[in-house]
Amino acid sequence: MKMFNPENVHLPVSGSKKNDGSPWSFQDKVLLGLTPRQYLSQLCRNRVNWLLVLIFGVGIPLIVQRYFYGLAAVTHGSNDYPWGLFLGFGLFGMVPLSASGFLLGTTVTLFGRKDFHPIERLALLNGLLGYFFAVVYLLVDLGMPWRLAYPMFVSLGPAAVLFLVAWHVATYLSVQIAELLPALFEWLNRPAWKHYIAKISLGLTIAGIILSTLHQGALGALFTYAPTKIHPLWLSTDFQWIHFLCSAVFGGLSMVIISSFLISRYASWRCGKEFSSTLHDITLGLGKGASYAVFTYLVIKIVAIAHDNEWEYLLTAWGGYFLLEIAIGVVIPLILFARGVRRGSVTTVRWAAAIAVIGIIWNRLNVAIYCFNYQLYQEVPHWKEVWLTVTLYALYFIVYRFIVYRLPIVFTWNKQSRKP
Amino acid sequence: MKTQTSRRTLLKKGLGSAAAAIFLRAKTARSHNIKRYPNSCGVLVDMTRCIGCRSCEAACNAEQKLPSPALPFDDRSLFAQGRHGSKRRTDENHFTVINRYDPPEIDHPLFRKIQCNHCQEPACLSSCFVNAYTKTPEGAVIYNPDVCVGCRTCMIACPFYIPAFRYSSALHPQIVKCQFCYETRLKNNLLPACVEACPQEALLFGKREKLIKIARHRIRNDRDRYVDHIYGEYEAGGTSWLYLSSVEFDQVGFDTTIPHEPILNSVKNFLAMVPMVLTIWPPLFAGFHLLAARRARAEKTRQENNREKADEDV
Repeated sequence: MKMFNPENVHLPVSGSKKNDGSPWSFQDKVLLGLTPRQYLSQLCRNRVNWLLVLIFGVGIPLIVQRYFYGLAAVTHGSNDYPWGLFLGFGLFGMVPLSASGFLLGTTVTLFGRKDFHPIERLALLNGLLGYFFAVVYLLVDLGMPWRLAYPMFVSLGPAAVLFLVAWHVATYLSVQIAELLPALFEWLNRPAWKHYIAKISLGLTIAGIILSTLHQGALGALFTYAPTKIHPLWLSTDFQWIHFLCSAVFGGLSMVIISSFLISRYASWRCGKEFSSTLHDITLGLGKGASYAVFTYLVIKIVAIAHDNEWEYLLTAWGGYFLLEIAIGVVIPLILFARGVRRGSVTTVRWAAAIAVIGIIWNRLNVAIYCFNYQLYQEVPHWKEVWLTVTLYALYFIVYRFIVYRLPIVFTWNKQSRKP
Repeated sequence: MKTQTSRRTLLKKGLGSAAAAIFLRAKTARSHNIKRYPNSCGVLVDMTRCIGCRSCEAACNAEQKLPSPALPFDDRSLFAQGRHGSKRRTDENHFTVINRYDPPEIDHPLFRKIQCNHCQEPACLSSCFVNAYTKTPEGAVIYNPDVCVGCRTCMIACPFYIPAFRYSSALHPQIVKCQFCYETRLKNNLLPACVEACPQEALLFGKREKLIKIARHRIRNDRDRYVDHIYGEYEAGGTSWLYLSSVEFDQVGFDTTIPHEPILNSVKNFLAMVPMVLTIWPPLFAGFHLLAARRARAEKTRQENNREKADEDV
């Protein structure tokens, strides 16, 4: 994209009209203002796309295989480990990293912290796509994905934790779509429609907090159905929901820190003035919030061990592994966040965020797979299961990139033509 | 008019609310108890009588019209098999399985039959978000494949590792497990196929409460033969299938760490929190918003006042 900017004075598309006042057509907006030939050539020149082609080249046949021959064709189909990577990573890992939407929505709309406004839409998009792809992972994992709406309309089991998860994810997806519609309306050149969403934005934000609290917690509570199967250090039946909720807070903030960094680094042509000029301070602000959440999380993890009196487990091999997870996934990010914020070092905060994101995914995989059935054998996922998980993540990346390049997420939409 | 609280009204109200508190607490305590099914049936498995002939496995296979196995049912080499170093377990083609154990303190092997234990408070049932499971008055825990979505939470929740999934099917991948022969036999007052087939009378079918009495009686009359434990009387809140053994149960593959309360109890903390969040969060966060908005407004007015003042000074 970079190379076309000097050639064409109208690029990038950041308003309804070109600099000379003539309107962009819909096709122009989809193709980023390039001709189809230019668009294709920049797609082919991008090395990231080569990697994506490789992933999909193997991944798409695997998806076909899964739907024609059943889950056993692409996974080990284990009766002892009913949940594998699709849920361990795709649902339990993606959802906490998508807490960004409700967190920034609360900060800006509810607490009136307008200084975080430039990153609000990115946080909402990060949330929406994370949830949406958690559902995509679910559609691959469910035995009968065409019955996804059964818990809503056909046969209700309202006393089950998963019932809450299903309803909350579904309603929260709608809330997040509504919260992001203004960006779409601007892009479609229909700013008047925004009016209706603006009226209910406070209601949407509060709904977002309720739904997020409950289903982030519910994902943790799902594991309290297996009190004898998960290692006691990773399962606190009393506090599991709040562990999951609290770690989602810094998970979501860290994910936005990473995502905004990648966009500002690799898609700088797309970033608006407001976004670029405030990103430094915003990253530090997010890091500060994350450091509070990490610290709280560390304390409540220790409280859980004390509450269940599990100190002696810490001296076993499992305890060593637990301490390793806490050291790498919690303590190191905590120190880095605190140092980065105090010294005003954005780089340190970004490192902290990257490690925190890995720490969250590691924790969820531990709870769902590695420390599950700790008294039985270890399940190592089939390579096809790993590849499919990567394929779906690549799809997530493409959709994310597609939207960030086009909709006014990290820039402000110009309703008037720009002065040359 | 000024209202005065006399000693009498204070006493009245105090006693009233105390009575209400007692009444309410009694009510909640009752709801935590396990539901009693007076007509619940069960099976008492006396492991000291089982010779590992696998007649029950064969009967189950025929009754449920399952595919015939690679090895015949009288092939005992199967007992050495098992994946990942663990014993054989139930799967889509085996609703019941016999495993052999050789505890060091006795000179002969013991055989353990596994199948669905048909819990009093089934974890599979309480974890199912489409109500695919039903606990029938006869005690069977049955499954309805027509509403199942295939999420496999029941497999996570079952502390006995019983429900299996038909992973091999793309269009009809359903949960499979022992149904206590409910549709074909139990409903028509017939014995379950495995019980009927047992040549050793190791399996005894009857009302659960009566079976517990019989089991106690056997333990009392032959203390050398049995350990003093009926597995399933309390495990996971009690199961319809009960076991007697001559060695401690953890030596013959039973999980003795399973709590003596329904699995659902460990989930209740979270479930109780849900209505509180639903009702408390909206006013709480709306309140935060009002506070934040008021501060912003006050700040704005102050700035405007300052500006006016500055204008006046000029």
